Amino acid sequence: MPIQILMPALSPTMTEGKLAKWLKNEGDPVQSGDVLAEIETDKATMEVEAVDEGVLGKILVAEGTEGVAVNAPIALLLEEGEASSTLEVATPAQPPAVAPPGPASTAAPRPLVSAPAAAAQVPAAKSSGERIFASPLAKRMASQAGLDLTQISGSGPHGRIVKADIEAAITAGVGQAAAAAAQPVAAPNAPAALAEPGAAFIEVPNSTVRKVIAQRLSASKREIPHYYLTIDCNLDALLELREKLNGRAPSGDKSYKLSVNDFVVRAVALALRAYPGANSSWTDEAIRLYQTVDVCVAVAAPNGLITPVVRGADNKGLVAISNEVRALAKRAREGKLMPEEYQGGGFTISNLGMFGIREFAAIINPPQSCLLSVGAAEKRPIVKDGALAVATMMSCTLSADHRSVDGAKGAEFLDVFKKLIEDPLTMLL
Amino acid sequence: MAETSFDVIVIGTGPGGYVAAIRAAQLGMKSAVVERKHLGGICLNWGCIPTKALLRTAEIYETMKHASDFGISIKGIDFDIKKVVERSRRVAAQLNGGVAHLLRKNKVTVFDGNGRLNGPGKVAVEKDGKAVADLAAKHIVLATGARARSLPGLEPDGKLVWTYMEAMIPENMPKSLLVVGSGAIGIEFASFYRSLGAEVTVAEILDRVLPVEDDEISALARKAFEKQGMSIHTSTTVKALKRAADSVTATLEGGGKTWDVTVDRVILAVGIVGNLEGCGLEGTRVKVEKSHIVIDEWCRTGEPGVYAIGDVVGPPWLAHKASHEGIICIEKIAGLAGVHPLDTTRIPGCTYSRPQVASVGLTEKAARERGHEVKVGRFPFIGNGKAIALGEPEGMVKTVFDAKTGELLGAHMVGAEVTELIQGYGVAKTLETTEAELMHSVFPHPTLSEMMHESVLDAYGRAVHF
Repeated sequence: MPIQILMPALSPTMTEGKLAKWLKNEGDPVQSGDVLAEIETDKATMEVEAVDEGVLGKILVAEGTEGVAVNAPIALLLEEGEASSTLEVATPAQPPAVAPPGPASTAAPRPLVSAPAAAAQVPAAKSSGERIFASPLAKRMASQAGLDLTQISGSGPHGRIVKADIEAAITAGVGQAAAAAAQPVAAPNAPAALAEPGAAFIEVPNSTVRKVIAQRLSASKREIPHYYLTIDCNLDALLELREKLNGRAPSGDKSYKLSVNDFVVRAVALALRAYPGANSSWTDEAIRLYQTVDVCVAVAAPNGLITPVVRGADNKGLVAISNEVRALAKRAREGKLMPEEYQGGGFTISNLGMFGIREFAAIINPPQSCLLSVGAAEKRPIVKDGALAVATMMSCTLSADHRSVDGAKGAEFLDVFKKLIEDPLTMLL
Repeated sequence: MAETSFDVIVIGTGPGGYVAAIRAAQLGMKSAVVERKHLGGICLNWGCIPTKALLRTAEIYETMKHASDFGISIKGIDFDIKKVVERSRRVAAQLNGGVAHLLRKNKVTVFDGNGRLNGPGKVAVEKDGKAVADLAAKHIVLATGARARSLPGLEPDGKLVWTYMEAMIPENMPKSLLVVGSGAIGIEFASFYRSLGAEVTVAEILDRVLPVEDDEISALARKAFEKQGMSIHTSTTVKALKRAADSVTATLEGGGKTWDVTVDRVILAVGIVGNLEGCGLEGTRVKVEKSHIVIDEWCRTGEPGVYAIGDVVGPPWLAHKASHEGIICIEKIAGLAGVHPLDTTRIPGCTYSRPQVASVGLTEKAARERGHEVKVGRFPFIGNGKAIALGEPEGMVKTVFDAKTGELLGAHMVGAEVTELIQGYGVAKTLETTEAELMHSVFPHPTLSEMMHESVLDAYGRAVHF
């Protein structure tokens, strides 16, 4: 029997994913450890490695298919000497109903063969499970005439449905019976076809990452009673210290270049150790206080926001934090983070200072209770010893979940944080 | 004794006939051809190929005349018409030998002589009035081609009034020419002789040159020809020809005026008539209309077992159409599945004048007349980097889409190298792509083909570079 290759769970929370790309073709020999496919999970693109050796006999889930359930068979591997004829038997009789959310109309399980379903396109699968070959023009004409391509036989090369077949079907009324079934399909799934006339637009399909961002942040803003506290920190001492430390950076691979953000991460980590209430999650039964200080740093990756974690940040020095954040951010932008690098964390820092944002109030990264929005370091007039003076100031806003962290407690946390930032030598203790 | 019984006999070995015979042999049929003159027919010996050799000379000559535009100085540019013709003949001879080889390789028996239907399933071959062979076949394909049409009073004489045949092998370079008819053949000769310096007058009975092409393309081509110094008269007929010792005076009539033009030579290019004589059609049920054989969609004539393909049947009269008909005819005889009748809207047409003209499918006017609501895209050569770099900034790519379905109904081009571009749209039409697939196709930069992309984009208001 051929070996079934199953959709792997790449993280504990993963229930489904997108089969982004096949790196092996049917008929390719496979060694243990070869990368078979790339899976796009809710946060990143992961590689699926082969466990067994053999020949990739049959691909069951076409690349580009979204919403493939964990443990659904995605391919069949033939062991050495196994004939490809065994594939037919091995193909699951009841393919799991995890077909792409295309315009499927029937409740019957459909095989995972369809390409990403474009809006207003007719289902690309016959009821028997065969892929339908039709010319682009034939597809469009069928769609416009409300015809079901599965009811039409093709006269083109290898049975391809061509324009003449659609014209004949329209004349003969073939496929119209199925039109009733096909119509509701077109409606909900084809917003483009229903667009108001006039306004021109293009539609960018939502990536898995984008959908997750939308779902999680909507839930966060909807369910978490946010409140916001802003505090101004004087950075003069910190900048001076930073300059001194950077001036002592050795050359070579021990080199470092500390950023203000590295100090912020360190200060948050120490403040969380001193004030664990902000390192928490609300659940209906209890407030969960984390026993390790794992700080997430929001990174704008090309395909969306991601929050890699600096674990045990309170036990890491500035250089260690600096190097780690830099490496995580780089991999995040390349979409190469491993799940353990972005899952979990008890507190998130979001820094838009580099864009000159003075202050902002970000949405809490659930299930965490608090998030610190860090603004730009800028020279501002301040009152010092009863006189006007100029100092480099940075505004930070804490977004907090009122269910787990009351306002006064949030303020206490910020106070600890501010003291560390303004007296940075205490950070080095 | 040579074999005389075959599955298929093809009479004529032009691009229709020899292709049909080879396809039959490929499908395991015992196949033979009968050829009275040249293997490869007119196309290869007296048509498409030798004229392309001549036009290549004209193109090189033109380019050299403009060498200074490209920073090259050439002095004393000249040509020898005899050597120009010699080259053209050498090219034809080489390909003629190629066809002989292809037929031999595919084990197609070749009979030298005139083939004639000789009763059901029989073909008689005669050479110089003597019977050479009596052949039998279940299927007989007439692929006898066509020849230049003649008009009363304008009959070609081979000396002063030429057909394409004489125009292809001039002994001396005429100083002036009248070309009667502005279809592809007429315009190619007009272009060739004009490039080599002859004074060229073109008389066309219809209201525009290249009348099968899209209106706009015709107009642009005419403008280019006139800029080169051609004198073009549309809606004009030739009333009479007065032949002197070494010149001809033609009386032209058009726009309510009559006038005389005196030229060294006249080229008659007013269409073709099918080669029906001596085919033995008498007493058969083969139907003839306007000098061409009537066939059904599978190239069957009214006589069972007798088929006809190519120029001897209806238009378009193009070599590649003949070849394709030959394939369809033979595959249908062989009972192959998936054979489709010829769709003439998928047959590209090319004219190798300067500028070149190429098209496939419906003109904008024809599309509207057929009831299509259309979207039309246009892109000019002046907007294309490669065209500018080549020094060929004149021309246009026009596309016609069905507004409702996005079907590519037609594509029409005028300008440098468009004959090599048109097949992109030909494939698109055969694959039934819509505008979406064409827009999604990536065209290489910098190429003339980018204009094909832009023209499609323009039809939907999205052209980027103009």
